[in-house]
Amino acid sequence: MMSSNRISKILPIVILLVGLLASLIAVNAVQAQGEQPGGPTDDEVNAIAKQLYCPVCENIPLDVCPTQACAQWRELIREKLVAGWSEDEIKTYFVAQYGDRVLAQPPASGLNWLVYIIPPLAIIGGIYILYRAWRGWKQPPEDEIDEEQPVEAAADDYVARIEDELRKR
Amino acid sequence: MVANLGYGALVITLLVSLYGIGAAYYGARRNKHAWVASARNATLLTFPLITVSALSIIYLLVTNDYQVDYVASVTSNSMPAYLKVTALWGGQPGSLVFWSWLMAAFASAVTLRKWDRDQEFLPWVVIVTLGTLGFFVALNVFFENPFLRLWQTTSGGITSAMLQPAGSAPYVPLDGSGLNPLLRHPGMIIHPPMLYLGFVSFVIPYAFAIAALVTGRTDDRWIRITRRWTLVAWLFLSLGLLLGGRWAYDVLGWGGYWGWDPVEIAAFMPWLTGTAFLHSVMIQEKRGMLKHWNMILIILTFELVIFGTFLTRSGVLSSVHAFAQSAIGPAFFAFMGLTFIVSLSLLLKRWNDLKAKNQMHSMLSREALFLLNNLLFMGILVVCFWGVIFPLISEIFTGQKVTVGPPFYERATGPLFAGLLLLMGVAPLAAWRYSSAKTLGRAIWKPFIVSLVVVVIVLIGGTRHWAALLGFWLSAFVVSVTLYEFWRGAMARRRRSGESLPVALWRLLGRNRRRYGGYIIHLGVVLMAIGIIGIEVFQTETQGTISRGEQISLGNYTVSFDSLSVFDTPDGRNVARAVMSVERNGRKVGELYPRRDYYYESQQPMTIPGVRSTWEDDFYILLVDWQPISSAGATFKIYHNPLVNWLWLGGFVFILGTLVAAWPDRDPQKHKVSASSKSYATAKA
Repeated sequence: MMSSNRISKILPIVILLVGLLASLIAVNAVQAQGEQPGGPTDDEVNAIAKQLYCPVCENIPLDVCPTQACAQWRELIREKLVAGWSEDEIKTYFVAQYGDRVLAQPPASGLNWLVYIIPPLAIIGGIYILYRAWRGWKQPPEDEIDEEQPVEAAADDYVARIEDELRKR
Repeated sequence: MVANLGYGALVITLLVSLYGIGAAYYGARRNKHAWVASARNATLLTFPLITVSALSIIYLLVTNDYQVDYVASVTSNSMPAYLKVTALWGGQPGSLVFWSWLMAAFASAVTLRKWDRDQEFLPWVVIVTLGTLGFFVALNVFFENPFLRLWQTTSGGITSAMLQPAGSAPYVPLDGSGLNPLLRHPGMIIHPPMLYLGFVSFVIPYAFAIAALVTGRTDDRWIRITRRWTLVAWLFLSLGLLLGGRWAYDVLGWGGYWGWDPVEIAAFMPWLTGTAFLHSVMIQEKRGMLKHWNMILIILTFELVIFGTFLTRSGVLSSVHAFAQSAIGPAFFAFMGLTFIVSLSLLLKRWNDLKAKNQMHSMLSREALFLLNNLLFMGILVVCFWGVIFPLISEIFTGQKVTVGPPFYERATGPLFAGLLLLMGVAPLAAWRYSSAKTLGRAIWKPFIVSLVVVVIVLIGGTRHWAALLGFWLSAFVVSVTLYEFWRGAMARRRRSGESLPVALWRLLGRNRRRYGGYIIHLGVVLMAIGIIGIEVFQTETQGTISRGEQISLGNYTVSFDSLSVFDTPDGRNVARAVMSVERNGRKVGELYPRRDYYYESQQPMTIPGVRSTWEDDFYILLVDWQPISSAGATFKIYHNPLVNWLWLGGFVFILGTLVAAWPDRDPQKHKVSASSKSYATAKA
């Protein structure tokens, strides 16, 4: 027998899982209802086509490419799905046929690592430069710091100016 | 005849530009004002000259002079007159002339300003602007001549040349190919001019920066002179990007507004550096710091403008935007390399003169937060630049081309954009020079609490996606801070002067347009962020093939396929148009008409979605395919895009804010005179 304490610990996890399941069911309910019974739906085909790029017209995902060639490639995905291929097998097949360019981003191997490494390195470099600069900054003289002064007044030089002008009248 | 006139005007413009550069250089070096004045006149002369050339092209386009190769390639008999005029920038050679035309207009406008206090800048500004103009005109004269005519040789072949080849006869096609259908959308008609205006107007602040470096005038005068030019450039560039997004949403048929296409990014990169520049110049104005950095930013912006034009025009990265390929790539590269090396050399030469007299004191001061904002903008720039050029690098070194698509950019830039939103909330409340956590916390807590309340409401409303919740919290925080700033300013005025709140708000806005215009821009960005979160996180889609009377459901929506008609139009299109009834929660809310237009002349299809737009969402249907004979079945792709219209509203607010910030002030001299005469009158009374 499970103690009530233990049940109360598990209950939130069960509720979370049920909630997650319910939301997944809700998402799955959003589907076309006009496809041929039995075969893969257009949505199943597009879910894979969306991750692939048109091998001939650059920078257009396969699921939205309007050319005849792309329509045929989408049909090919459908045929592979009918034949029982998995999503990964279909993607590997397209890469083998047309090269890495059909993937939405380069596979992380060989020279392609650079694509993923350079931007973070550059940003870290920028942060380092800022850090170095920050270490060189000095506190302003004590008499210039007024901790009690509301920041608004200091920030709003314009309001300070108009208040100043109005005071002079 | 008209073609010769147009080409002659281009050649003379090139010569005048070269003369102007020489005269300005000689005048500056020998201190001979007459030569500088002559160079200034040469600049002024370029505008009417290019106008003659541009008007010649427009005349040829409107009169269907198909012997001119360019006219035959971008127009046709069935095109309406307004499209024939806009075909000026519908193809490569014409768009380069258009670029030069705008450049000449801006160069002339800037030389017409009063130069009394800044005489030493004039020759160098002339050299930079005429140098840039001359480069673009040279591209037209030597590589991309829009006035080439078609000739039939004795062997029956067709060739294009300016002068009639021996033994050939003029060749005049009966009709032209017509403008690319994708370019006939109103958004696309205005998008290139806006983008080009943004590009060319960024040349002006760059020209002043170079003038400041050459002359050694290291104060912030060049920034003050070009402040408004920069804002105008930024306004046009922003408008161009927004219109491009709307165009993509309306005609490219993928249900989105931004596909991280290299050419989109090409226009986005100068915008990023331009935005960083607009923020960091404030530090130079207020605190006399970051002089080196501002120079680097404006040099980068100029180079990215040229790089952007190069990517769009050279066809080096073929994509949906790069309609033409040409041999102008090496010339562009040489120009970019030359200007970059010269600019950097000048900067290095003046490096010591540009050292700041002040320094940062606090990590939470306004200037430190602006610096962080610059770091984030630069981070996004690195991601964009690297993503665009990496496929080229891969092709050069491995022979294999790769695609760097949206998943890369979205993952890499998402946190950086979130950081920018956070800064947009914090920085306006930080004081210049020194802020401590205590003072900043005291200013921030009220808007912070308001933003948390908003997130709780969104959470109770059922949103659970962490990225969406974070985005909504950041948006609520920025809105609270911004509105709080307006409130504080207006209340301060009201307390002192007794003005009513609306009057106080209006006068507040009028008295410090740059600051409050900036805040309005922040509000626009937040509205856009809400639209982007809506479409990126909550977009759903489905596709299905259905017969007449059948339905497809997506979320709360159900659409029925009522009918499909296929017909020809007088302007040369074959249109397939479906009629779809849309129900929401079981109640009919209207009909939509997705269609596919096929242009006979260019043999290109164009997919026009049927869209039901509300503030809550867009319901967006595309006609993907249909049965040509029975018209019984058709395939539809349907997108549900929540909140997307906030993106367009945000764009509108953004532009409004930029206009407020860039609006000209009253002439300070006049203002001073009228103020003193008033006080004199009062004293007399």
